[in-house]
Amino acid sequence: MAVTELRRQPSLLRAAFERFIQVLLVFAAAISILTTAGIVFSLVFETIAFFSEVSIVEFLTETEWTPLFSIKKYGIWPLVTATVLTSAIAMMVAVPLGLIAAIFLSEFASDNIRRTVKPLLEILAGIPTVVYGYFALTTITPFLKNFIPTLSIFNSLSAGLVMGVMLIPFVASLSEDALSAVPNSLREAAYGLGSTRFEVAVRVITPAAISGIVASIVLAFSRAIGETMIVAIAAGQNPRLTFDPTVPVMTMTSYIVQVSLGDTPYGSLSYYTLYAVGFTLFIFTFILNIFSYWMVRKFREVYD
Amino acid sequence: MSTESLRPERQSIGSLPEGEAARQNVSSRQRRGKIWQGILLACTIFGIIILLMLAYNIVNDAFGGIGVQYAVEEEDLTDGRPLEELSQAELIAILETNLRSRVLKNLERERPLAERSREELIDIINDEIIKPEVVAVYSLSEFLFDRPTIEAELRKSHPRAEIEFKSWLSWDFIVTPMSSNPVEAGIRTAILGTLYLLWLTMLISFPLGVGAAIYLEEYKNDKPFDERIPAGRWMNNAIQRSAGLIETNIYNLSGVPSIIYGILGLAIFVRALEQFTSGAVFGYADPTTANGRTILSAALTMSLLVLPVVIISSQEAIRAVPGSMRQASYGLGATKWQTVWKIVLPNAMPGILTGTILSISRAIGETAPLIVIGASTFIVTDPTSLFSKFTVLPLQIYNWTSRPQPEFRAIAAAGIIVLLVLLLSLNAAAILLRNYLRSKRVST
Repeated sequence: MAVTELRRQPSLLRAAFERFIQVLLVFAAAISILTTAGIVFSLVFETIAFFSEVSIVEFLTETEWTPLFSIKKYGIWPLVTATVLTSAIAMMVAVPLGLIAAIFLSEFASDNIRRTVKPLLEILAGIPTVVYGYFALTTITPFLKNFIPTLSIFNSLSAGLVMGVMLIPFVASLSEDALSAVPNSLREAAYGLGSTRFEVAVRVITPAAISGIVASIVLAFSRAIGETMIVAIAAGQNPRLTFDPTVPVMTMTSYIVQVSLGDTPYGSLSYYTLYAVGFTLFIFTFILNIFSYWMVRKFREVYD
Repeated sequence: MSTESLRPERQSIGSLPEGEAARQNVSSRQRRGKIWQGILLACTIFGIIILLMLAYNIVNDAFGGIGVQYAVEEEDLTDGRPLEELSQAELIAILETNLRSRVLKNLERERPLAERSREELIDIINDEIIKPEVVAVYSLSEFLFDRPTIEAELRKSHPRAEIEFKSWLSWDFIVTPMSSNPVEAGIRTAILGTLYLLWLTMLISFPLGVGAAIYLEEYKNDKPFDERIPAGRWMNNAIQRSAGLIETNIYNLSGVPSIIYGILGLAIFVRALEQFTSGAVFGYADPTTANGRTILSAALTMSLLVLPVVIISSQEAIRAVPGSMRQASYGLGATKWQTVWKIVLPNAMPGILTGTILSISRAIGETAPLIVIGASTFIVTDPTSLFSKFTVLPLQIYNWTSRPQPEFRAIAAAGIIVLLVLLLSLNAAAILLRNYLRSKRVST
């Protein structure tokens, strides 16, 4: 009976069905490649259209960015410096605090503390960035004004600080993964030689996990560069070439937001600036991502 | 591992301290360790304080006091009785004595007063006669602890105004549509838009993400072509390499800023596929949407944005299914797909669902890509189909936050509370679902 049942199964049909399913799955996996291609092509084509009207030399040497004014100047530097400035401030907060939180969680905290702190970090990570922007504008800026009276309502300082807070859980969780991946035998050996807990954490475990930690910092920096809502809300809308953190500036992302919110006619030169700026932003983050990927691959300590 | 990365200490074996010196050395090192532990704890507490500050700030703004000024006091109209207790005839009498004849005539022309319900009449009295006007906004802390100061301040600027408690977050706030007047504005349209977007994004990204994860985990190492022929070997190699490329690519995509996805969506879904995303291909013509800036475009963009994260978390869930289960299934004569469908997927489902819901709930808080693809910031009509114009909660919050008036700041805070509650309940749902599915599998 079993034999007849087996025979009843249409094996050819089944094989065809298996093939069909496999093709569907390949298609699903290929979507990611199509997405990348889509991103690159849409950015490249429109950027070429932009550079057919504005010379690339002006784009890279001009120090003013005024495409929406009557006297149009297309120098990307004010946007780039503002982006780097806010991101650098953010990293000054996120790297020390994130690393400390990671070392604390992985090497010092008892299971109980870890069970309470980790969800808290996850809550911080899950807060939408528009909420952080609101926080920067309505809480941090008035608070900082007590200490820096010349601070403008919109400034890169509070935007950067809050962005740093936003990135703490990101740095912490990635670095913690790297730290916990260091095998216990290293800890035990170091304790066996009479090291204190702190010495084990800082002199043995951290150097052993350094590739993962650096990769997490690089990724956080790339996040900071691409972060939009916090800077769009709290850092201002004034493109200017400065490293003064107390004045309003405009990052690449806030420019994209400004153009998108205005009614820029399709096909106009200011419409193409959106893509040129987007392309610059993409190149920045892409290089950082590749670098972090390479870091992890190249310098990973293998314990076997 | 290599020894130099451990960096041997400067002290070599010859100079180890002994006796009293050793004891001092140990105790000072232990003290240093304790101090650092304290610093670590302090930093962690600092993070928690920031979180509390954020929560305090939001609550402080979302509730509080307002200074209201009435054109006419309610008591003067009704001899001290509340409006709600009056009969319809009395309400109409109030309207007739207090309104100018032209206004009355207009109202009568719209619909005779006698035919209107009491609630409607009360609304008219409120809007046309009492005319409450918010002249000042105070935060909760000012309202509770600084009452005398703000009362004095208000009396100076608006002598007739009164201070009342106001919860900007209310049922009315949730069910009324957008308005340019912050006191009347609500988030109904934004909530509906967010929910629409949530479902659509889930519908699109879940099958695609899980499909890609199944391919990468289960099929990647297959050799579908004959290894004995060079062409077959070449094809197999190409497949292997492209699978590796896909994995690197997914890692890279997860690092692309969300605003870049917005630009992708603008170029492809809004512009290039406008006929499709505006519904024109299906003969659907919404007079209000003349272009591709629809919910469908937004959902497609958001799906691409969450796809890398959905794939990665689904891959982890699939990888966690033990290989012995697959082998048992093959041993019983099941085909590859039967094994995946009946054994691997059901076992991986709790992990897949949790990961998917969590990553999609992240996307719900995203604003930047939606601004770029051109979601509406001011819209009063509910979304009705895939091809409607729409707005979402975070976009509304952004719009209100970027206005200088304190009323808008207050409703932004109220909107934030709604958004956070929505996100937390999604996360809670994900966790409950996982626990439920796990317990079900263990018991069978």
